[in-house]
Amino acid sequence: MDNSIIVDFRNVFFSYNTIPVLENINFQLYRNDFLAIIGPNGGGKTTILKLMLGLLKFDKGSITIFGKSPLEARKSIGYLPQHFTSNFDFPINVLETVLMGRLGKRGIGKRYTQKDIEICLEVLQHIGMEQFKNTEIGKLSGGQRQRVFIARALATKPKLLLLDEPVSSIDMKWEQAFYKLLHELNKEIAIILVTHDISVISMYIDKIACINRKLFYHGSKKEGMHKISEMYEYPVQIISHETSHSSSGEG
Amino acid sequence: MIDILQYEFMRNALIAAILVSIACGIVGTFVVIKKIVFISGGIAHAAFGGIGLGYLLRVNPVLTAIPFSLLAAIGIGTISKKAKISEDAAIGILWTVGMALGILFIGLSPGYAPNLFSYLFGSILTVPFSDIIIMIILDVIIIAIVSIFYKEFQALSFDEEFTEISGVPTKFLYLLLLCLVALSIIVLIRVVGIILVIALLTIPTTIVRQFTNRLKYLIIFSTIGAIFLTIAGLWLSYLWNLPSGATIVLVLAAVFFASTLMKRI
Repeated sequence: MDNSIIVDFRNVFFSYNTIPVLENINFQLYRNDFLAIIGPNGGGKTTILKLMLGLLKFDKGSITIFGKSPLEARKSIGYLPQHFTSNFDFPINVLETVLMGRLGKRGIGKRYTQKDIEICLEVLQHIGMEQFKNTEIGKLSGGQRQRVFIARALATKPKLLLLDEPVSSIDMKWEQAFYKLLHELNKEIAIILVTHDISVISMYIDKIACINRKLFYHGSKKEGMHKISEMYEYPVQIISHETSHSSSGEG
Repeated sequence: MIDILQYEFMRNALIAAILVSIACGIVGTFVVIKKIVFISGGIAHAAFGGIGLGYLLRVNPVLTAIPFSLLAAIGIGTISKKAKISEDAAIGILWTVGMALGILFIGLSPGYAPNLFSYLFGSILTVPFSDIIIMIILDVIIIAIVSIFYKEFQALSFDEEFTEISGVPTKFLYLLLLCLVALSIIVLIRVVGIILVIALLTIPTTIVRQFTNRLKYLIIFSTIGAIFLTIAGLWLSYLWNLPSGATIVLVLAAVFFASTLMKRI
């Protein structure tokens, strides 16, 4: 296990116009962390991801990712947005969408290579969508589309994966396979998963950050559970995926 | 139809139809899929300021329209991204300021303004050879830029945020795309005129979109479709002595409605 810090938030403040969204956020992410950022809607979870990607600029404090600024580091980050800015009547198929993940690896004026296509097909296979590779994106269901965008994030071959509400429209059956896939990926890369739905806190997640404008808790999952229960005023259970192994068939 | 080709103006008109179709097949596809039809309308009308300037300075209005439409493209693109002013309003302002400048310049020019109508409504039968040369150059620039930035334009049109994260300079690319719209409008002005430009930028792609879901084919078949339909419009306008720009637009519209009906049945 490598213990080096890859994400470092120090006294970060952010506001939209004059409305404070994040106040004095401090946390560190280590190389093999699988962190869940949880908190109520509007609590600033997505904002944290956007700050890490350099899509938003913080007012005060510092953010370093792989020792660099967010703008320099973002090519090493795979990102699954929560809301898609894309329009779905766009003439693009699944494989072309996933190929966008290779955009940053190829310079302007260059075509995607055969290697890019191979990487994308492999990722599509992992995500169980390879049979849809020629399907137009607008003809997929919401859950299938989300899987394609997860595949696109993975096709960047990131060193850090940011997932914003990744299972919000995915069916339950695939959700388990998805967490298993993340667990495999987590051996190599760090993962941050954002969710407002506490029931998805998987057994594979090892750290939790609770955010509602301020960082209420950041640390191991076990100690965090009753803190979350306090914040939500609701008892929280960890969902175990092991119990359903027998029904999930092939691995 | 072959015998009408003995006239030089008819040959020029045919060449113009093909050149126009290349511009609207390529750029029109991005206008439709990126949903920047209204912005394109704004750029087209702002270009009228350049036409007016041409009359005032006694040079070819097509030449003075080039910097005007490019400035309008960069202006609309920059203002709309800077927030504070809504994109809609920015377009509306530049749209009318361009038109107003054009009217002012023409008012200041001595004498009356010959051929003014042809810049507003198009006149494919009077396209001089010098304008054909300008159209060829602009088409070559459009083809070159789109070939270089093809995958970036595709990504930008589909998902701007992800494209930005990938390290692609999206703001620059967006302005470049609007500049291509500006150049294609210059190519189109002589044939359909400022007021009808949007028809050629939107209708061929919208027709073809019903039959393909691949961007590449959309560009290729929009171009081919536009060539056939503009020539058909040109031929009808010659046959029945109708205004060419309006006839071309109505032929496009007729095929659009027919293809939509066909798709429904």
